[in-house]
Amino acid sequence: MLPGDPARTIAGLLATEEDVARLHTQLGLDQPLIVQYVRFLGNLLRGDLGVSARTSRPVLEEILARLPATLELALLSTALASFFGIIGGVIAATYHNSFIDYVISLFTLFGSSMPAYWLGLMLIILFAVQWQVLPAAGNEGPLSFILPSLTLAAFSIALITRMTRSSMLEVLNQDYIRTARAKGLQEHSVLFNHALKNALIPVITVVGLQLGALFGGAVLTESVFGWPGIGLLLLDSISARDYPVVQGVVLVFSSMFILLNVLVDVLYAYFDPRIHYG
Amino acid sequence: MFCTRILTRAFTMANTFGVEHDEKMKPLIEIWRRFLRRRSAVLGLALLSILVALSLAAPLITPHDPEKLKLSQALIAPSAQFPLGTDHLGRDLVARLLYGARLSLVIGFLAVAMGLAVGVPFGALSGYYGGWIDLIIQRIADVLLSFPTFLLALSLVAILGVGLQNVIISVGISAIPSFIRIVRSSVLTIREQTYVEAARAVGMRDSKIILLHVLPNAMAPVIVQATLNLGTAILIAAGLGFLGLGVQPPTPEWGSMLGEGRNYIFSHGYMATFPGLAIFCAVLSFNLLGDGLRDALDPRLRRM
Repeated sequence: MLPGDPARTIAGLLATEEDVARLHTQLGLDQPLIVQYVRFLGNLLRGDLGVSARTSRPVLEEILARLPATLELALLSTALASFFGIIGGVIAATYHNSFIDYVISLFTLFGSSMPAYWLGLMLIILFAVQWQVLPAAGNEGPLSFILPSLTLAAFSIALITRMTRSSMLEVLNQDYIRTARAKGLQEHSVLFNHALKNALIPVITVVGLQLGALFGGAVLTESVFGWPGIGLLLLDSISARDYPVVQGVVLVFSSMFILLNVLVDVLYAYFDPRIHYG
Repeated sequence: MFCTRILTRAFTMANTFGVEHDEKMKPLIEIWRRFLRRRSAVLGLALLSILVALSLAAPLITPHDPEKLKLSQALIAPSAQFPLGTDHLGRDLVARLLYGARLSLVIGFLAVAMGLAVGVPFGALSGYYGGWIDLIIQRIADVLLSFPTFLLALSLVAILGVGLQNVIISVGISAIPSFIRIVRSSVLTIREQTYVEAARAVGMRDSKIILLHVLPNAMAPVIVQATLNLGTAILIAAGLGFLGLGVQPPTPEWGSMLGEGRNYIFSHGYMATFPGLAIFCAVLSFNLLGDGLRDALDPRLRRM
């Protein structure tokens, strides 16, 4: 467990040994680990994630208060990433091996090697410090969404672009594309109605998995921009040794992650009728 | 490209020493040839070599101490004496970046080594034996995979505590499941091959078959994954450092330097700029190298 005694942290510097011992009993910390775990599971089934050691408010309440900010950020970033990623990928595949393709590949390479939190700081330096056009932190007003969502989306944009590009290239080599061209369809109709539709199947997987991965990235992005979501709540709780909240947030993050994975599998079968489960 | 020519020459020299005549070396030479054909791969290798050389030569390049405080020199912008400036405690950023490179590379290598050391054997057992062994190992991998990677490393550090050793362990554990899955899927196809059947027919023990026949043939995707994971490991470790949950001060570590720099971005932007660039270069070199190795080791995988 987290090094350090939470009871001592809550009790404060002036607490006597009895105070700490009483808190131990109150928090159930004197019980064996396995008993604590079973009790936690039992409470979990009733939707009870325990009480924050720091604020004494129910953990669920704390998380629900912060969850919308994280979800807004993650969904907006996913939308940005899908939009730019798919467009970039289609352009790169259409102009395969050209200068544009080369530039886009360079961008995807940079995007997937860049630490997102560093990108965030650089964006702050440019847009908030140098030009002072966008806020550096907080989430008030639509303008404050721009920098954090771009920061969070950067890696996914690169990944989705790469995936769309390679998937498009594969599809464009298929016979039915040649047939579509041979029967005199306009190129944009070939690209969007015939190629993209089929190329998007693996892309959907990546988008879904990326949305999940964004929850992990959200911790860093929220820290950079002081974004009041559950990522920041997690960090504050780690430094305050607030176990119940740390446990709760990690549980919420991984539940959403698993849920998304299942959703991706279901969507996959829906979009590609060739795939069956069971 | 210039580097390509040098490397090709080195290879030709190796040839004249009779390496070519060794039958066992042939596939390696072919891989090396394919690797050299990829310009980006050679660039990645060159970038990585430069990073390693710079980090090793740190004491020769800069006279400054990376850890010694000198408050009278605090927050000096990049100048002739301090090419990249000094931090809030008066330490030269060049020195801190160069010594920090050692740490980041060591963290990356040790974490990936740990992921390999646990992931490869378990993946091999899981794929070779199947049945309940497979079931148990895969469910454990599922548990590890049910967290976004960074969150898993973060949670582990929160449990184990901060510091170099725990960062390596946390990043290492979060690399395990990807190796288990990759080795397992290769082994699943390899165990059906006739040469494995032949080995079994002549009465070879399972442990010997796995070590001598199965694993060597499952290595190509593992090497590629390990190279790409090195970049990810460095990125995650630096992220932990950035949050103050990684290697602790005064040790120079890129992530924590970036974390210190963020407090000064409104006045001294360079403090956050350079550590991030360093992380970027290291990760970039591993990504280039990994992509190149994928093309060289397994041409069938060449899709991206």
